[in-house]
Amino acid sequence: MSLIRLKRISRRYQMGAETIHALREVSLEIERGEYVAIMGPSGSGKSTLMNVIGCLDTPTSGEYELNNTLVSEMDDNELAEIRNKEIGFIFQTFNLLPRSDALRNVELPLIYAGVPAEERRRIALDALASVGLADRIHHKPNEMSGGQRQRVAVARALVNKPSILLADEPTGNLDSKTGAEIMALFSQLSNQGHTIIVVTHEEDIAKHARRILRIRDGLIASDERHEGARPATVPPASVP
Amino acid sequence: MNLLAEVKEGLSISWEAIRANKMRSALTTLGIVIGVVTVTLMGTAIQGLDRAFLDNISAIGADILYVERFEWFTGSREDWLRMQKRPRITLEQAEQLEGQLTMSRAVAPVASRDRPVRYGRAESASVRIIGSTEQYQYTGGISIAKGRFFSEQEARGGRPVCVIGSEVAENLFRDEPPVGRRIRIDQQSFEIIGVLEKQGSLLGLISLDNQIIVPLPQFTAYFRNNPDVTIQVKVIAVDQIEEAKEELRAVMRRIRGLAPAEPDDFGINQQDQFVQIFHRLGGTIAAIGLFITALSLFVGGIGIMNIMFVSVAERTREIGIRKAVGAKRRTILLQFLIEAACICLLGGCLALAIAWPLTLVMQRFMPAALSPPIVLIALMVSLITGVISGFLPAWRAARMNPVDALRNE
Ligand SMILES: Nc1ncnc2c1ncn2[C@@H]1O[C@H](COP(=O)(O)OP(=O)(O)O)[C@@H](O)[C@H]1O
Ligand SMILES: [Mg+2]
Repeated sequence: MSLIRLKRISRRYQMGAETIHALREVSLEIERGEYVAIMGPSGSGKSTLMNVIGCLDTPTSGEYELNNTLVSEMDDNELAEIRNKEIGFIFQTFNLLPRSDALRNVELPLIYAGVPAEERRRIALDALASVGLADRIHHKPNEMSGGQRQRVAVARALVNKPSILLADEPTGNLDSKTGAEIMALFSQLSNQGHTIIVVTHEEDIAKHARRILRIRDGLIASDERHEGARPATVPPASVP
Repeated sequence: MNLLAEVKEGLSISWEAIRANKMRSALTTLGIVIGVVTVTLMGTAIQGLDRAFLDNISAIGADILYVERFEWFTGSREDWLRMQKRPRITLEQAEQLEGQLTMSRAVAPVASRDRPVRYGRAESASVRIIGSTEQYQYTGGISIAKGRFFSEQEARGGRPVCVIGSEVAENLFRDEPPVGRRIRIDQQSFEIIGVLEKQGSLLGLISLDNQIIVPLPQFTAYFRNNPDVTIQVKVIAVDQIEEAKEELRAVMRRIRGLAPAEPDDFGINQQDQFVQIFHRLGGTIAAIGLFITALSLFVGGIGIMNIMFVSVAERTREIGIRKAVGAKRRTILLQFLIEAACICLLGGCLALAIAWPLTLVMQRFMPAALSPPIVLIALMVSLITGVISGFLPAWRAARMNPVDALRNE
């Protein structure tokens, strides 16, 4: 059984008289442990697809099954719970809470999961250590570099042991060297068995993935798998 | 996530948000502060008045009827002028009345006048001199602290004796015991045979301790020979006061020779009138207070609502982030409700800090104190204002679409 199963998913936006088809009956299956890159020109529907997969957005029509549960019919609160337990998001703009330090940012999903304070702290500290930020736990986002911020975001995404990691252009705001480091971290996580979906428009970055989906005008234009994905450039560390 | 954890989280987020916007939060609470200061002061004043009233009304017994030319609380100036034309109530009428009442236990005619009083070199310029009979000890709401009240014989005349109020005793006698001494009331010498217990004042206006009671014959001989008297009638049972009043009215009409069609040319007053007027007064004060409070709380509430809308708009992205990692609608709603409630509660505490010294000032005029129930009410009012005015902004935040919220910059 696939981890993710989209059946004829459409997402339309009504802009006055005009209807924008961000996704047009997209069908797609992704297995547990896959590492998928989604590519396509700007405005092609990549983010929309990610948001639907990540249960941030609900499709206008179609069926979405995650872990064999039909999530396309769920209400707001149920979706919040799915996001909390099954999904780890990583955004282009990091989306950390600006007034909270790294530790507290990473603790956030655990707070909403109802994990008691001490355990929460322990798990968050582990997650921060695994992305190499053990010495930055009390730094606020504006006291860290872009790469460090994105590492905090990765730690936050991992902390609830989600089924899927979703990254929407995670290197878009980083220089190429830092971007490469983040991608190496993803490869490492993939090697450890995490299911990862990355949106990018850099071929270079997509090469890390073992499957590349190309999207154009809300449709899947191509879906290629290549087993010879580039190996991780840093040796695997202890990642949860 | 259980409710307690959510409240705890909401509290810490609110605390951070309030700290990050200290000035704004402080200004926002101004309306609430004014409202709660009003609530607190009004509550304290009403409680104080109530207590003062209860303290002082005891001088007017619930079982006493006061027959007077005037009714205590007249409706209009015309009424008052009409009452002024009524013939006086005389001592003879009082005596006749005493013989004809069946539902009363004591009847005391009372006349009074302010006179200067001296003892040696000490002088009180104006003391209320009351002329009455021995019955006054039952109708006057007094009790003897030292010595005794005058007897029936003494009340009929003869030896000039008097019973003095506690304030008179304090003013004229420093260390000496007053009983047995002679004082001069308006040149006439009186022997003190008793000192009254301290009574306080009537509604904080008229001191009941600055008085001297003398037998009526001396009063008419020295101070006023044809006084307008008040007849104090103590009824046998309070629950039959209305029947006693009717009997009293009938007897009094006969004594004053009124034809059946003529209206009463005297008033029968009782404590109940005081209580009623007091409650009306208290009600008016409470209504005004409530109005001011409601108004400032309304204005304050609008302020809070406004600032919460700003806060929600500013933190749209934060809301998006929280929702993306699993915050439910309820969680976000609670977070902003708690923030509004916290701002208002801080305002409430500030208001209490302002109101407290003011109630100390009030204590000079009435037995008022900032009581725990009032503090509790003040805090509840702030809390409720916060929750009500924070609801709409919090609801808007809770219903935000996470994708839109995250895109917000
Ligand atoms: N909230 C929205 N309202 C209207 N149109 C939207 C909205 N979000 C996305 N779109 C439109 O949907 C299409 C796909 O957007 P998106 O998924 O963000 O593209 P990508 O991430 O590939 O650049 C675009 O044409 C975009 O303008
Ligand atoms: Mg996009």
